[in-house]
Amino acid sequence: MNALPLILTVFVACAVEAIEALTIVLAAGLTREWRSTFQGMALALVVLAVIVAALGPTITLLPLTALRLVVGALLAIFGLQWLRKAILRATGYKSLHDEASAFLREVTAAKAAAPSSRGRVHDWYAFTLSFKGVLLEGLEVVFIVITFGANQRDVGAAVIGAAAAIVVVTVTGIAVRAPLAKVPENAMKFAVGIMLTSFGIFWGAEGAGVSWPGNDAALLVLVPVVAVVALGYTVLLRGRPGSSPAAAAATEKAVSS
Amino acid sequence: MKRLRSIGAFWYDFVVGDDWRVAVVVVAALALTALLVHAAGVNAWWLVPACVFAALGWSLHRATSRAAARS
Repeated sequence: MNALPLILTVFVACAVEAIEALTIVLAAGLTREWRSTFQGMALALVVLAVIVAALGPTITLLPLTALRLVVGALLAIFGLQWLRKAILRATGYKSLHDEASAFLREVTAAKAAAPSSRGRVHDWYAFTLSFKGVLLEGLEVVFIVITFGANQRDVGAAVIGAAAAIVVVTVTGIAVRAPLAKVPENAMKFAVGIMLTSFGIFWGAEGAGVSWPGNDAALLVLVPVVAVVALGYTVLLRGRPGSSPAAAAATEKAVSS
Repeated sequence: MKRLRSIGAFWYDFVVGDDWRVAVVVVAALALTALLVHAAGVNAWWLVPACVFAALGWSLHRATSRAAARS
C-alpha cells in the first residue's frame, strides 16, 4: 500500500493535537515565562520520542495477523470516539472546541497561580502546564503513529507525517503569536475519525481472518462508505430537537456520561 | 493503589472514551467474524462494518435522546 494515505492521516491527526498543545504552550509562555515553558515542552517531546522509539520497533516484531486484530480493534474504537464527538459537535449537541476561549481559560489560571521554582526550573507552573499539555495531546499522536506505522510496517513514514505537522503548526503559531482559532478543527477531527475507523475496520477484520473483496483496494470503497454513513448521521441529527449551540452547553454532561 | 486506579482511569478514558458500549460491539463483532471465518468457513467481511455503523448510530441516538429530553 502507498505510504501517502498513512502520512496524510498522521499529518492531519497530529496537526489537530498540535494546535491544542500550542494553545497551552502559548498561554504558559506569554503569561508566565518562556524558558520554563520550553523546558516543559522539550521534556514532553523527549518522553514521546522515547515511547515511539521503544514501542515502534517492538510492536512490529509481533505476527502481522495478531497485530492487525488488536490494532484494528483499538483503531476502530478510538476512531469511533473521534467520529462520535465530531458528529455531536457538528450537529450542536456538544460545544465546539474553541481555541480562543481555551486560551483565555489557561491564561486566567496561569495569572492566578503563585510563582515557585524547583531545581533548574525557574517557573514550576509554566513547566508543568507546558509538559502536561504537550504530553497528553502528544499521546494520541503517538498512538496513531505506532498503530498505523506498525501495521504498514513503516513507522518512519508515520513519524514523517507527525513531524511535518508539528513543524507547520509551530511555525504558524510563532508567526501569529496567538492560538490558531480559525483552523476548522472539528472538520479535521471528522476526517481523522473517518480514516481511523476505516483502517480499524479493515485491519481488524483482516486480523480476524477475513479476505476483503479486491484486497487493499477495498479501502478505496470503505473510506468513502464510512464518510457517507457519518455524514448521513450528521444530516439526520441536525433536524432533531436539542441540536443547537445553546442546548450544547446544557447537555454536555448528558452526552458524555 | 490510588495512583494505579488513576492510571487505569486515564487509559480507559483514552482508549474507550465516553461510550463503552461501542468498544464492546467492536470487540464482539471481531470475535464473531473470527468464529464465522475459522469455524464456519464464511468470509464475513461485511460483519465488522455493519456492526461499527450500527454501534455509531446507537451511541449517537443514546447521546442525543438524553440531550433532547433535557432541553
